[in-house]
Amino acid sequence: MSADFLYGVEVVLNGLMAGVMYSLVALGFVLIFKASGVFNYSQGVMALFAAQTLVGLQQGQMPFSHLINAVFGTSLHNFGWTLPTPVAILLSIGVMILFAIAVEKLVLKHLVNQEPIILFMATIGLAYFMEGFGELMWGSEIKRLDVGIPQGGNAWIESATAGWGGDNFYGFYIDTLDIYATVIAIVLVACLVVFSQYTRMGRALRAVADDHQAALSVGISLRTIWIIVWSIAGFVALVAGTLWGAKSGVQFSLSLIALKALPVLMLGGFTSIPGAVVGGLIIGVGEKLFEYLIGAPFLGGATENWFAYMLALVFLVFRPQGLFGEKIIERV
Amino acid sequence: MFYREVGEFKSSYKEDSQTFPITLDRYAYYVLLAIAVLVMPFILNDYWVKAVVLPFLIYSIAAMGLNILTGYCGQVSLGSGGFMAVGAYSCYKFMTGFDVYLPGEAGEWVRYALPPINVFFSVLLGGVTTAFVGVLFGLPSLRIKGFYLAVATLAAQFFLVWLFNKWEWAFNYSASGQITAPERAVFGINVTGPSTSAAATYLFCLAFVILLALVARNLTRGRLGRSWMAIRDMDIAAEIIGVNPLKAKLTAFGISSFYIGVAGALLFAVYLGAAEVGEVFGIQKSFLVLFMIIIGGLGSVLGSFLGAAFMVLLPVLLKNVLVGQLGWATDIAAHLEFVIVGALIILFLIVEPHGLARLWSTIKNKLRLWPFPH
Repeated sequence: MSADFLYGVEVVLNGLMAGVMYSLVALGFVLIFKASGVFNYSQGVMALFAAQTLVGLQQGQMPFSHLINAVFGTSLHNFGWTLPTPVAILLSIGVMILFAIAVEKLVLKHLVNQEPIILFMATIGLAYFMEGFGELMWGSEIKRLDVGIPQGGNAWIESATAGWGGDNFYGFYIDTLDIYATVIAIVLVACLVVFSQYTRMGRALRAVADDHQAALSVGISLRTIWIIVWSIAGFVALVAGTLWGAKSGVQFSLSLIALKALPVLMLGGFTSIPGAVVGGLIIGVGEKLFEYLIGAPFLGGATENWFAYMLALVFLVFRPQGLFGEKIIERV
Repeated sequence: MFYREVGEFKSSYKEDSQTFPITLDRYAYYVLLAIAVLVMPFILNDYWVKAVVLPFLIYSIAAMGLNILTGYCGQVSLGSGGFMAVGAYSCYKFMTGFDVYLPGEAGEWVRYALPPINVFFSVLLGGVTTAFVGVLFGLPSLRIKGFYLAVATLAAQFFLVWLFNKWEWAFNYSASGQITAPERAVFGINVTGPSTSAAATYLFCLAFVILLALVARNLTRGRLGRSWMAIRDMDIAAEIIGVNPLKAKLTAFGISSFYIGVAGALLFAVYLGAAEVGEVFGIQKSFLVLFMIIIGGLGSVLGSFLGAAFMVLLPVLLKNVLVGQLGWATDIAAHLEFVIVGALIILFLIVEPHGLARLWSTIKNKLRLWPFPH
């Protein structure tokens, strides 16, 4: 096999890994959209906030220390202890659940029966709020997140494939972290599917997704469902934020992955969990391949910023509901 | 007691359908206009013009533009930043002049050097260019609706920012990748470049604002505006009663982009003087303009102004209070600003989804009866 072709294969593999990451964020969107019809723009900031909380708890950072220092003139910073990772993760999940309850009580409850677009804009406001809140709480500097997942190229894969393509080919370079991420994502999706198919709560979730009114009439509490869904989305955000944070540090740009997840959703359809996964993979591979074959040689590079959107845009013109979305039926 | 419509008898259709049907409103508008044009240039100092008034005027234009598309026609757009960049870069090209190639007699391409155009017309031409780009990116709106369209406009945002980063012709091959406004004058008075007076830049922007606000107000009251609103309220029903969705949506995209392009051109040429596309016209700008129309009021020209004033004044106020008075670090103030803006947006959507403009009309309705409520 020629080295060029093998490099192409490597690009595809790396694209698949990146796609898994996109899918993780997109999953959170789909969950909330299915259950409450809210297009939750703040999913990316939730991931950032979750990762910040995890790091802060791990390192025993004092919440709001900058603000307290500014108001009272003190110089507090740390509690002086560190937490083991599993405990910190559990506490972060707790924080995300509290966040879900707060969102339901303070925002969603008051916006019942508003148009979807108003709810969408409310989540943009929520995203702004969370962004400022997270940085006030934990500080805005770039933090390193270490949860014990090894990083860097996987030596085993590299040496195992080194002999395939002659002298110019040195083996596939695949980040170990990405492999872990893929495994975690598969487990997560499997858990979500099992949860929504085989548990009592999952059935209630699907009922709400199907028809709010009918679900209410058989005695399902919408507000409980919303809290649960936002908690699950918060958990997914924590997983996504942890993996992305471990990969490239916990910093503001983490919240921008939400924007990357949008074309994934458009491709897959807003209401389909398999759609989010497949869409993520298509986008991941598509943008890496486009950059490798056309972007970098002919267009000056950095096409990854917009390729996903253009792909989704062109795709939607031919199939407006996405790959797996429910058929849009409109009545006057 | 004073604000009322009692005793106003209209004897012609023209009187009945004028912009401000209530006499007191009309006079208030004339007085406001006179103060803005005749008094303000003499009392505004440099700080106020640079920090508050210019951004307010420029963002009002952008907010009017987005309001036409989102508030009147119901097509949510997150691409305003990108369209502002188109306005700024094309205005820059028209200001500095460029070569055009036209087919000659024998079919070959002949090069003509297009001279630099007066800055007023450069800004307008920047708007026209943006209108064409806007129509292009508006084409998918015929197939895609709602959230899908909002996300599709992100394609415009990211693609355009990328384009102006990479396309060296657009920034005249400058080494820094920046565009810098050259010194240009209207009627012999500098309005762009380093040596401008506050009053001149103010009046230059004000002229655009008055002109465009008048056009927007009358467009939205007329046939075109009504067809936009019909599409917004229910597109299929609108189609059945004979509104052409192709025409309505594309004109909304075109006109809205024209406004946003003019705002982008003014922001770059008059206000900033130099711009780098990723920094100035990023996605944050799209959200800023969107917030303005949410807080100001969707589907209201007045709301665009109120929203722009609010979003321009809030950071200035917070900065003055927190950094100036309390002496906090700037980054804490910046974070607190995010928290406050986010909370305010949610609060507005809960309490008054129709924004400040609706609040204003409620006050006016109360005033009509005041002080005898029955």
